Amino acid sequence: MTSNNSDASTNTDTSSASSVTSSLGPLDLEKGQGTKEQSIEEIVASLGDTVGKTRVDNPKMSATGVDVFYADKQAIFGVDLDIANNEVISMIGPSGCGKSTLLRCLNRMNDTIPICKVTGELTLDGEDIYGRDTDPVLLRARVGMVFQKPNPFPKSIYENVAYGPRLHGLSRNKSELDDIVITSLRKAGIFEEVKDRLDAPGTGLSGGQQQRLCIARTIACSPEVILMDEPCSALDPIATAKIEELINELSENYAIAIVTHSMQQAARVSQRTAYFHLGKLVEVGHTADIFTNPRHELTEKYITGRFG
Amino acid sequence: MKQFNPEGHTNHQFDVELNDVKHKVMTMGGLVESMVSDGLEALLTMNTELGTKVCEDDKTVNKLELEIDRECTRILARRQPAASDLRMVLAIIKTISDLERIGDEAEKLGRISLQMAEETDMPHYYKDLRHLGDHVKTMLREALDAFTRMDVEAAFSTAAKDEAIDTEYANLSRLLISHMMEHPALLSHALNMSWCARSLERIADHACNICEYVIYLVEGRDIRHADLDEMRKQILPAKHG
Repeated sequence: MTSNNSDASTNTDTSSASSVTSSLGPLDLEKGQGTKEQSIEEIVASLGDTVGKTRVDNPKMSATGVDVFYADKQAIFGVDLDIANNEVISMIGPSGCGKSTLLRCLNRMNDTIPICKVTGELTLDGEDIYGRDTDPVLLRARVGMVFQKPNPFPKSIYENVAYGPRLHGLSRNKSELDDIVITSLRKAGIFEEVKDRLDAPGTGLSGGQQQRLCIARTIACSPEVILMDEPCSALDPIATAKIEELINELSENYAIAIVTHSMQQAARVSQRTAYFHLGKLVEVGHTADIFTNPRHELTEKYITGRFG
Repeated sequence: MKQFNPEGHTNHQFDVELNDVKHKVMTMGGLVESMVSDGLEALLTMNTELGTKVCEDDKTVNKLELEIDRECTRILARRQPAASDLRMVLAIIKTISDLERIGDEAEKLGRISLQMAEETDMPHYYKDLRHLGDHVKTMLREALDAFTRMDVEAAFSTAAKDEAIDTEYANLSRLLISHMMEHPALLSHALNMSWCARSLERIADHACNICEYVIYLVEGRDIRHADLDEMRKQILPAKHG
């Protein structure tokens, strides 16, 4: 917890003790806008504690009291969240709510941004991933990532998938490498479409195929967790459906966290849903509950399209 | 306290559609309410004109049911509502099917009134039928009010009235049975009265269902087939707390 955050929370002590529905942000927000300008910390504090169970029985990754700053600006405020094994968790919320930032913290993608500072605890199988002994390159092999835009290397389809295993020394010889490439392509549901042209450039595939190639590339490093940052936003509905089907299959073997702007997609693919607002985790719960009966008013407003 | 507000969508057209369908349900509710009132009056005053009107109104109610159903289907397909919007559409789909059934029961009252219009004697149990009918009418009106205002407290207290109406119906049935034994010649007449009492009792059941949908809509809790008092304790104190 930052000092800012705890200072602000004392201001709203009276409201934070009461029930979920009465300690709501939006009322405070509107009041604040009418009378005096509230600081972001005050607004965040007025959101109250996270609603719902942030912890699970079989956590793969855990975030505890995570704060993230970009220079002076705080992007995430004291987030507690578990990512369970063999489960898909979707993270939703308006732009700038910190969902992507949190996702990128999970495999230390934010290391590349010099002004970014992460505090609090983030663990993978109970081990601190920001610890001194943790090699971010190895971490990223265990926690893979798929990005918004398909970004295959300007190499052949085969090389795109083989790159990671080769880098991490996952194969002893060519035939083992071939096996990894074929299995990964198959798991990503694209093998049948590309088996005759593994030497063709990956960039020559269609958008949906490229994205599945990127997923194959991620799987090839045999990760334990797959992070997806809006993996379907550049794809057509058919390619999207294929990726979603794939997410469903992959969740049997991996822990998956997906950031998406499509609420319908979150509803379709995930077992748990986390709703973020202004850098705070507002509510987390079973996807079915979040989409039929959310407990926090802000969640309700967001998923019913009542913002702005 | 949880509040339901069909408005406030960023996409204003969605507000318009939800409001429109809600108003249609209220119109249908109003029509059904007047049908029950007319059907009962037709029966008790041997008013054939009112009896015919009730039978005609039933067709309008059926049309409204189809129309509202179509609109709900359209909203589901085009808007993919979530959370309270989804519960609203689901509650409406269920509510209109209960309203349509109430319409059918009211139509039965009207039809029986037409059949019995020739008979002149007014046995004393008409008083009891009117009494039961008045209670059912009140309950239906309160249920529709609870729906219009999305008022959970009113929905609970209205649903609780169903039990008293069941008792009243049982009493009236006993009265009718003893009447049948005393006057076997008037058996068919008493049997008709029994059907009417049964219809009124069913109307109260449907009104009770509507109250349950209101609670589901606002609170997101399904209280059907649960202990009413228990659910009330669970839901209402939390709101006052």
